[in-house]
Amino acid sequence: MKVTLRIQRYNPERDSEPYYQQFIVEAGDDKERILDLLHQVKWKYDGTLTFRRSCAHGVCGSDGIRINGRNRLACSTLLRDVNYKKPIVIEPLPSIPIVKDLIVDMSDFYKKYEAVKPYLVNNAPPPEHERYQSNEDAEKLFESAKCILCACCTTSCPSSWSDDNYIGPAALLKAYRFVFDTRDEAADERLDAVDTPDGIWRCHTIFNCVEACPKEINLTWHISQLKKRLAEREM
Amino acid sequence: MIKHQYDVIIIGAGGAGLRAALEIPEGFSCAVLSKVFPTRSHTGAAQGGIGAALGNEEEDSWEWHMFDTVKGSDYLGDQDAIEIMAKDAIRAIIELEHMGMPFSRTPEGKIAQRRFGGHTKPENPDDPDSKRVAVKRSCYSADRTGHVMLHTLYENCIKQKVHFYSEFFVTDLIMSGKSCAGVVAMDIATSEVHVFHAKAVMLATGGYGRVYRITSNAHVGTGDGFAFVYNNGLPLQDMEFVQFHPTGLWKLGILISEAARGEGGILLNNKGERFMERYAPSVKDLAPRDMVSRAIITEIREGRGFKGSDGTYYVHLDVSHLPKEVIDEKIPEITGFARTYLGVEPTKEPIPIQPTAHYAMGGIPTTADAEVIRDRKSTKVPGLYSAGESACVSVHGANRLGTNSLLDIIVFGRRGGKAIAKFIKDAEFAPLPEDAADRTFANIDRIMNSKGKEKVGALRTELQEKMMEKVGIFRNAKDLKEMTSEIKSLRERYKEVSIDDKGKIFNTDLVEAIELGNLIDTAEPIIHGALVREESRGAHSREDFPKRDDKKWLKHTLIYKSDGKPKIDYRPVSITRFQPKERKY
Repeated sequence: MKVTLRIQRYNPERDSEPYYQQFIVEAGDDKERILDLLHQVKWKYDGTLTFRRSCAHGVCGSDGIRINGRNRLACSTLLRDVNYKKPIVIEPLPSIPIVKDLIVDMSDFYKKYEAVKPYLVNNAPPPEHERYQSNEDAEKLFESAKCILCACCTTSCPSSWSDDNYIGPAALLKAYRFVFDTRDEAADERLDAVDTPDGIWRCHTIFNCVEACPKEINLTWHISQLKKRLAEREM
Repeated sequence: MIKHQYDVIIIGAGGAGLRAALEIPEGFSCAVLSKVFPTRSHTGAAQGGIGAALGNEEEDSWEWHMFDTVKGSDYLGDQDAIEIMAKDAIRAIIELEHMGMPFSRTPEGKIAQRRFGGHTKPENPDDPDSKRVAVKRSCYSADRTGHVMLHTLYENCIKQKVHFYSEFFVTDLIMSGKSCAGVVAMDIATSEVHVFHAKAVMLATGGYGRVYRITSNAHVGTGDGFAFVYNNGLPLQDMEFVQFHPTGLWKLGILISEAARGEGGILLNNKGERFMERYAPSVKDLAPRDMVSRAIITEIREGRGFKGSDGTYYVHLDVSHLPKEVIDEKIPEITGFARTYLGVEPTKEPIPIQPTAHYAMGGIPTTADAEVIRDRKSTKVPGLYSAGESACVSVHGANRLGTNSLLDIIVFGRRGGKAIAKFIKDAEFAPLPEDAADRTFANIDRIMNSKGKEKVGALRTELQEKMMEKVGIFRNAKDLKEMTSEIKSLRERYKEVSIDDKGKIFNTDLVEAIELGNLIDTAEPIIHGALVREESRGAHSREDFPKRDDKKWLKHTLIYKSDGKPKIDYRPVSITRFQPKERKY
């Protein structure tokens, strides 16, 4: 069957501003990935179409894009997940500088991730064996540790749209990942890092991030746990 | 052209590269170059676990792990290196845990372990010759072990302030006489060529799965490191040994981890028969990957597969009898893949699967300290190192066991890092040849200005289809000979490749064209290696030579690029504790 892709294009070497271009591609069935169709365009019709991708099954986080107005991974979104009777609108992630076509500048996103000290801090000499942790405590981390840093959440957040400095849900989730790790000793430093005017209190529980997350992480719940921890610390 | 000087350059930011970077001491400069942002590396796709005889769930020993690895390798693995890996595994896992890696846990709070293909213990621990049964040796974090490991290593690199050049695409090694003096790379964002002059270079460039059409590998798995070495007159080792993972999602090749079978999943043919009982009576579905993949293809060839809508065949992987909490807690990701990509509900129905190109057992020959070697006498190449899938130590021999790849990358990534740290203390920079970047410039110019009629996508698909058909799970002289001329002609046609994108910013059209060259350079030694090895061993199955032949072939293949046919040589296999025996499960 024929499917129409309406793709936002922008090449800074040539274009003064983004525009849309339509491509008609052939899909075998409704289980084709949007990524497969983008490849079809690139490999058959227009090699200049530019996007990131790697694993093609939703574990590397390279191909976060906007499909029909929703932030999703091109490789985890199938035709049957969208209305393909009409042109499918493909755009780069919003509110983040466009480099070329579907490629955005992720440097600010990574900087915010690094701001929460995204690594275990434990200065006690480690035991000879593993540090013991109950399975219950370990599982408290698993959902947050699923994050693939695709930026679908942060770029879907109205608070991020209105405040460039807002640290954003992905970085907050990473803060949770370590604050709630029973092996970690730097919870206070991380809580300080997010308890700022551009920090956690900019989250107004709008849930866009939860809807956008391709790994089905309930970011808002994790952020609320951090808020609770901060409130407890105040007391 | 921009020039840099670093004591150490590491290419690749997967597990091996990141683990090596953590060993470079303060006071020395080190940079990691990666064509993708580090956490996009393919290590993150590993699912089921890391092998180590922790004995957290039941009695285990590193000797048993070593024996299983040797036997799994069909006796082609070097036993001195395997011994190092099996022993060091325990320390390595504990270290990862101390670095912060989140693991699933036992009721006592220890690292949880599960069964995995080919990992066994003697049924009677006091009698090493008693029947072998599956053992819980795979340390895991649900079915996202590689993902959390990659993130943990990257997090530790941030902590240690490791310097990264992300989205830098390495195009060539710089050889200075017999030493390595650095690398040439292209900044993908600008297409600018950079020369990195270094005392030591580590290739941690991963595998070549994209040589095949059906693969579990990421699009970035284009064999770059193999091509650099091959094109610089250095040998590749045992390239004929290509692992096909038995359970890739039908049509897509997406990996469905052995963990599914480790947790109790079984393989079924179109008669509903658990066919692995016939092929490996003792460990059944948990036989090593080469055997299970052959069994699946044999079932299909004998008419016991399912025919798909597109005319291709598959068999069933059934986990529907497992308790829901096992599916949701132990294998959530892979069952999610079945739902997302095939619309199959694994709690209720079986998952259609087919073997998928997965792993390179062969690669750049190295010592157990990741030092690259250039010949049968194991002469080292000063300043050049390799670890992880790109390297062939060889700990996997003719067939790798599941869980041993994540182990390989942290054990030999670390050992390589330590060896480099020692080397750079005394080493001087080898002189940088003036023409270091000439080949890269010429290559880029040719592709950018070509008006040829060949297209990257079409040519690559042709290569992938043909490799699948003629250099797949079962091989024979006729197909392989045909493929030697095919690859010659593909190489000729590659010269006629032209691209659409003539710009400088994020020219992924250009990157893919260069990668296609690397795929062709990698396919050639696979084909020639497979043709010369006239026996069947591990993952290399010759229909015309169905038996293993230790008299003639218990040796490593070395293959060198040459103007006509590649040059072949051999290296001995290290055999220490275990004499080769027939491999039965």
